[in-house]
Amino acid sequence: MIYLDHNATAAPLPEAAQAAADWLAGPPANPSSVHAAGRRARAAVERARRAVAAALGAAPGEIVFTSGATEALHQAVADRVAPGQHVVASAVEHPALFGALARRGARVTRVRVDGAGRLRVEDVVAALEPDTALVAVMAAQNEIGTLYPVRAVAAAVAPVPLLCDAVQAFGKVPLDVRALGCAAAVVSGHKIGAPPGVGALWTPAGREPLPWLAGGPQERGRRAGTENVPAIVGFGVAAEHVARRLAAMAGVAARRDRLRAGLAAVPGVRFHGEPGLPNTLAFRVDGISGEALLQALDLEGVCLSSGSACSAGGLDPSPVLLALGLDPATARGGLRASLGPETTDADIAEVLLLFPRLVARARAAAEGGRACA
Amino acid sequence: MRVVVAMSGGVDSSVAAALMVEAGHEVVGLTMKLRDTTPEERAGRAASCCSPDDLRDARGVCDALGIAHYVVDYRDAFRAAVIEPFAAAYLAGRTPNPCVLCNDHVKFAPLLARAEALGAERLITGHYARVEAAPGGGWALRAGVDPAKDQSYFLFGLDQAALARVRFPLGGMSKDDVRAEARRLGLPTWDKEDSEDICFVPDGDYARVVEQVAGAAPPPGPIVHTDGRTLGEHRGVHRFTVGQRKGLGVATGERLYVLSVDGPTRTVTVGARDDLRAAGLWASRWRWVAGQGPEVTRGRLRIRYRHAGTEGTVRVQGDAARVDFDTPQVAVAPGQAVVLYAGDAVLGGGWIDAAVAPQGQAEQEVLRGRG
Repeated sequence: MIYLDHNATAAPLPEAAQAAADWLAGPPANPSSVHAAGRRARAAVERARRAVAAALGAAPGEIVFTSGATEALHQAVADRVAPGQHVVASAVEHPALFGALARRGARVTRVRVDGAGRLRVEDVVAALEPDTALVAVMAAQNEIGTLYPVRAVAAAVAPVPLLCDAVQAFGKVPLDVRALGCAAAVVSGHKIGAPPGVGALWTPAGREPLPWLAGGPQERGRRAGTENVPAIVGFGVAAEHVARRLAAMAGVAARRDRLRAGLAAVPGVRFHGEPGLPNTLAFRVDGISGEALLQALDLEGVCLSSGSACSAGGLDPSPVLLALGLDPATARGGLRASLGPETTDADIAEVLLLFPRLVARARAAAEGGRACA
Repeated sequence: MRVVVAMSGGVDSSVAAALMVEAGHEVVGLTMKLRDTTPEERAGRAASCCSPDDLRDARGVCDALGIAHYVVDYRDAFRAAVIEPFAAAYLAGRTPNPCVLCNDHVKFAPLLARAEALGAERLITGHYARVEAAPGGGWALRAGVDPAKDQSYFLFGLDQAALARVRFPLGGMSKDDVRAEARRLGLPTWDKEDSEDICFVPDGDYARVVEQVAGAAPPPGPIVHTDGRTLGEHRGVHRFTVGQRKGLGVATGERLYVLSVDGPTRTVTVGARDDLRAAGLWASRWRWVAGQGPEVTRGRLRIRYRHAGTEGTVRVQGDAARVDFDTPQVAVAPGQAVVLYAGDAVLGGGWIDAAVAPQGQAEQEVLRGRG
């Protein structure tokens, strides 16, 4: 299997998986317990907190562990936005952010991006209203890999707080949450090789975020519910390896560029977005459904995505590609390859050998189908 | 060889897929997403196909068989080629057959194309029909051996190019055989209920679907007796189909049947059962399974799905056909398909435009029926 869907979930880091597995198989230990086992669990969670904080350029006390980025976004939104208040968000934010805003009853202005997925700071500022409670701009787009000027936006919209979804940036480009100038940032464990089921909300010291899940003293009262210790421990180990992951990104980018160059030679291939994340390549093949190509690749053992894994269950065209100005039919052609440190030169070579053949076959079928209908 | 199986989540397509796996093929399951389900269907309060349950069942069967499964999105095509023409036909006074339209425009052509794009040599479905090499070359389409389940009527539009690549592994089996196979194979869907309704009208309320698609309640019109009397007013021609006896909304003491429905004047003509009889029909868009056929053919004709068939003569010119029954038939409904058989082989078929009245009846009756 050739796995080019690391933006959906990264390959598990063996060290992180082992640490999580050791906790799962180990003796019972709830961090809230007074006894020795509880202390051991608490210490493990705090060690992970220090590691995640260090990887983000933050202090440990600023990190709240959640079940993932979706929950962290919900908490950040609920913390800053009262029902009916106004929020400005880029049009290409993750559906989880828009879901959290809708659930909160926020009034949302979506700021358009250009055909390459770029966001202009002045457009964000122009969308502000007197009661704007929050601005949300992601650090890197999950489907097209575009990087956003979070720091410039945060400075321009101050004192309105900025929420930064840093899920895809974490571990792929250097990330220093304090330098972003934002009021909250969100990351996810399984995008950097930790087990799924854990994420983190970062907010700067001095202002505790309100709990989204209430009713327990865990996470210093900022998030109720028994901690997912195995996943948190795995997250900590993965965070300790983030520097190594970042160091590998130059090689990842080189392989991504080779993939891009090879695909560019296939008739009808068009790329989406400007170069951003080192591992992400978004494209389509004119006249061929992304769905059909995705399936054809899968049957040959190559895992790509038709956009965001979160929308794979649904069959609607990607809202992100629509935001780039593509019509729905064209947007349905969208494909995404996202590489990881584990991706090899041989993987890329094999995909480039396979791809033109699958495209030619799908094109012949599409033309035959039209003649038939 | 690699084959694609169209999987609805029902027992038939599940067994078809399992038989292909057992035969040693590399099987890929495809489930068509044809429409968005209603909240009632999603909550399980109304049975339907294309529901999340059906999708889950199809996935579950593929998982159990260890084969790939994908969902393909044909919602736009289904709406444009099936649901909207279905509503338009009712509003024009015809009785549409959405399943044939679906097979023609949504199922086979796009699925054959998708199968080709996936490198599959065959498209397999759970239809009760058979494809066999024709004695004189090419492919023959034959009825399924279970007369209660035979679906060849819906498949008359398959051409030779399609028949070369489509296979129906259940064609030689009865429904009981299929359920027994499903049990033997341990398929989770073995005791799932059959769906007999039109998939997008799960509760049988055609009128409501037509009104939803049309966006407004169609205008009323007169109900007229063949003897010239106006018996009352109806609430839209989409509520009537030729041969209908119930729900006319008029009480005259006699047994009345819908004889014809005229879209432009919104007139529903009713009369005695005898007046329902037709000596034949006119059809258009005639197609031969073999690609061509003689100008005059005798054979067995089915004028709706549950019609046992009747002997008659077909004269074809271009894609228009005139059918004369040996004995008059009741309830020839414009909008339905007429399918010609020789024994259990499908020779061809077309779409009914008008009934031909028995001799002695006013020619006007015939014209009124023409859509």
